[in-house]
Amino acid sequence: MAAVARPRHAARAVGLLAALAVLALIAVVSIAVGAKQMSLDEVWHGLFAYAGTPADVVVRDLRIPRTLLGLMVGLGLGLSGAVMQALTRNPLAEPGILGVNAGAAAAVVSAISFFGASSLSEFVWWAFLGAAAVSVVVYVLGGSRSATPVRLALAGTAASAALVGYINAVQLMDTKALDKLRFWTVGSLASANMDTVRQVAPFLLVGAVLALALGRPLNAMAMGDDTARALGAHLTRTRVGAMIAITLLCGAATAACGPIVFIGLMVPHLVRAFTGPDMRWVLAYSAVLSPVLLLGADVIGRVVTRPAELQVGVVTALIGGPVFIYLVRRKRMAQL
Amino acid sequence: MSATATTTVTATDSPRKGRSGARPLHLPGGISLRVERRALAVGVLLTAAALALAVVLIGTGDFPIAPWDVVQTLLGNGTPANDFIVNDLRLPRVLVALLVGAALGMAGGVFQSVSRNPLGSPDLLGFGYGSAVGALVVIILFKGGATEVAVGALAGGLLAGVAVYLLAYKQGIQGYRLVLVGIGASAILIAVIQYLITKAQMIEATRAMVWLTGSLAGRDWAQVWPLLAVCAVLFPLVLGQGRALRMMEMGDDAAHAVGVRVERTRMLLMLAAILLTTAASAAAGPISFVALAAPQLARRLTRSPGGNLLTGALMGSVLLMVSDLASQRAFGADQLPVGVVTGLVGGIYLLWLLVTERRAGRI
Repeated sequence: MAAVARPRHAARAVGLLAALAVLALIAVVSIAVGAKQMSLDEVWHGLFAYAGTPADVVVRDLRIPRTLLGLMVGLGLGLSGAVMQALTRNPLAEPGILGVNAGAAAAVVSAISFFGASSLSEFVWWAFLGAAAVSVVVYVLGGSRSATPVRLALAGTAASAALVGYINAVQLMDTKALDKLRFWTVGSLASANMDTVRQVAPFLLVGAVLALALGRPLNAMAMGDDTARALGAHLTRTRVGAMIAITLLCGAATAACGPIVFIGLMVPHLVRAFTGPDMRWVLAYSAVLSPVLLLGADVIGRVVTRPAELQVGVVTALIGGPVFIYLVRRKRMAQL
Repeated sequence: MSATATTTVTATDSPRKGRSGARPLHLPGGISLRVERRALAVGVLLTAAALALAVVLIGTGDFPIAPWDVVQTLLGNGTPANDFIVNDLRLPRVLVALLVGAALGMAGGVFQSVSRNPLGSPDLLGFGYGSAVGALVVIILFKGGATEVAVGALAGGLLAGVAVYLLAYKQGIQGYRLVLVGIGASAILIAVIQYLITKAQMIEATRAMVWLTGSLAGRDWAQVWPLLAVCAVLFPLVLGQGRALRMMEMGDDAAHAVGVRVERTRMLLMLAAILLTTAASAAAGPISFVALAAPQLARRLTRSPGGNLLTGALMGSVLLMVSDLASQRAFGADQLPVGVVTGLVGGIYLLWLLVTERRAGRI
């Protein structure tokens, strides 16, 4: 068994290293490309020999926070999507289905309209609070200890529908809120700064560690609840752990740059095509490839309409949507 | 052929007629129909509720009119003032609500049945977003008036519908692939919508938001006639295919074996449902949740399997008019578009359904 498994592990490990190399390359490109084009020299200078030249300031204060945030948000979205699909055993599940995005948006719109919040760094806390509150409610309505995948998904959909009604009502009665929220909803990295990075980093770190630790029990749960229990997995503990990981990862990512759900839906599908169903590898690959996709989309968004920008949420969907449809047509997708 | 099929079904069903509440109705010319008593009662009640709601809704507004006066005015015996308010202002709006609700309810029933997924409503499958992109292009890029917006919505919805159908087609339509393709198409269309809204001036952005929520404000006879024409042609067509749709829920092979031309029926039904959805969106915007909730509610009330197409349509009308009444009574006339309320009502309904079904041990 081990003898058979080892070469495949080796191939996967090499693949993961290659993915990491691609990620590093994309990160450098993301620092270099934008409204002001940088040479590699200038990037190097700004990174390691900071002297306060205009190019250095652009690298330090704009491009680096943006790239870091893209890395972290991509990681959060990809990991939470992979965990979500495993938890609900539903290939259509994306983290937003638990109501995380609707909760975050409802909190942000309330903050703008009733508490006078106006800057993006204020939105972070509100969004996070809303996401956490709604996922707890969804978990309780979904049956808490006796939750089933279908119930969780339905409870999330119902909560989202009610919250979207509320969000629309507030936006329509308060045009100031609409004006702010329409830019937040698209999902953008453009306003990234080091403060936001520092605010969300701890949540993403804890969430990522938790998600990666869940690989083994999620593998067991893929075989059905009874088999998983027989294999010694703690169902409730795994479920609660997965919910916490999703809320931390997706909540923080949404708080930082608005709801960009499609990455969480798509990347685990792409990854599973060459890692197979082993969740430990799916999680590891998703963690590396999601930031590649997000940063890549962000770079494309900066280039195509230069000097203006296309929001990263728009670019991911415009590129990801056709790829997704192509895959659906080509492959035999796993059925529910 | 269909007459023979009917008789066979009724014949085999007759021993347990008392339990299922279904009995045959013999019509002249050797045609017999299977009538389910509970479904019939629900249908009659819903029709009565829809008519009563329509009268109350016509009487509601800045200038309230008593229900009896509304009826008198509708019959042509009203004062000139009432006549103007009822026939020129409020009747067309209520008719739009009635027709849009019915169209969405029926289209929702068809899509849920074809995709075999209770969440397979036209909003989820991307048709609603197609209409929205069409309308927003007109509002934001061309700053067009109400008629142009309606035409844009119609064109966008039809294009998206045909595109999703063709992309999901691969030696026939399969429910699961249709849902997946619909989700991919939705993602693309939502991105376009959001992009258009960020590019808009504030006035157009607000107009776009109101349109996206779905509103009945200021609808007049110009919206009623095209919608009425579409419904008059498509309702009988869809209802005529209801039996085939019910057979297809058993699976394509079983339906084929009992004589249903599966692929042709499905294409016809989907095309009709897409047309109904886009006509409704063109008239009132993509009102959320009616298409999802109405067939589910109808199914639970009639307790009969299948699409419940007619009861679903009636339920859609009732749902939309209740939402409209609630929004007018709670927030004042035309303060909030009706789509906001259908979202709230629908979400709470689904939650209630979840809690009660959990208690009953289903799901």
